[in-house]
Amino acid sequence: MHELSVAQSIIEIIQQHVPASDLTRVAAVRLKIGAASGVVPESLEFSFQAIIADSLLDHAKLEIETIPFRIHCNTCKTTTEDNSGIVLCSSCGSTDTKIISGLEMQINEIEITESELEKL
Amino acid sequence: MSVITIERKVLEKNDEIASKNRELFQHNGLFVLNMVSSPGSGKTSIVERTLEYIKGKLSIGVIEGDVQTDFDAQRVAKFDVPVVQIITNGGCHLDAKLVHDALGNMSLKGIQLLIIENVGNLVCPANYDLGEHIKVVVASTTEGDDKPLKYPAMFRNASVLLINKIDLLPYINCTIEVLKNNAFRINPALNIFETSCTTKQGIKEWCDWLEKQVKNNPLSVADH
Repeated sequence: MHELSVAQSIIEIIQQHVPASDLTRVAAVRLKIGAASGVVPESLEFSFQAIIADSLLDHAKLEIETIPFRIHCNTCKTTTEDNSGIVLCSSCGSTDTKIISGLEMQINEIEITESELEKL
Repeated sequence: MSVITIERKVLEKNDEIASKNRELFQHNGLFVLNMVSSPGSGKTSIVERTLEYIKGKLSIGVIEGDVQTDFDAQRVAKFDVPVVQIITNGGCHLDAKLVHDALGNMSLKGIQLLIIENVGNLVCPANYDLGEHIKVVVASTTEGDDKPLKYPAMFRNASVLLINKIDLLPYINCTIEVLKNNAFRINPALNIFETSCTTKQGIKEWCDWLEKQVKNNPLSVADH
């Protein structure tokens, strides 16, 4: 369950980016999470919701873009997608492959809103 | 409503502290390994057998990570080596900060090899760089031969796989060739050793390899 500490890291980074104001609220957090990153999106969502109460993120939506695990084969030059994390080329069986994507764990952007202004 | 672009790695803070740890290790000429596995695979027994075999040849320090108790540090302390126990109080993995703090309680002077035994967990420790040179994953035969495919992240990030409890192979349903083959499908570059902490089979081969890595460490204190 390291998703809880991942969620805490996300909130710490966001707090560094949000302008200091009592009225500012984060409406959405957009992440890129690789399919082979070891993070379970559902668990991350659960952990995130559990720790944002009474903070500037307390109504934030977590929007997770899952990035597929892709490898490129240096032998047969094909790129294949297989979220199982296997790095043998599924076309020719070569071990000479390179991971192109699927290990990401990145905060892309956030959407912020001024809560009091919206009420007016 | 406005959008702020961030584009930062979620675990960047951990990675920054891991870089500091790495600098500290280099400065002190330390070779560091991060030992990971599921609970009960025999990590602490491997540390004990490794200390037994290698202690006269290298100076070693140990950091033990556990959710609760200092049982492992007590076991290691019997070998008369510096040891620090990290108790995570529920945390499922060691992170770079915990290791950094533990280093403050340990004299690194003269140590050539630092073994960090992570919390037993085949999932979470994979994401947290501690600043180590290599990750060593232990998979015991009693866990079955399918673990590399079920927990790929841990095997992808490791340099070494120790297949432990091979003395139990006659009694259990685990085929060592299948286990190795599954591990290579996730990480073709793995160095694999087969060990038993009961019969001590394979301990010499593992320790000889490890000793070579430590001695090849360009900043090893042995060369100072």
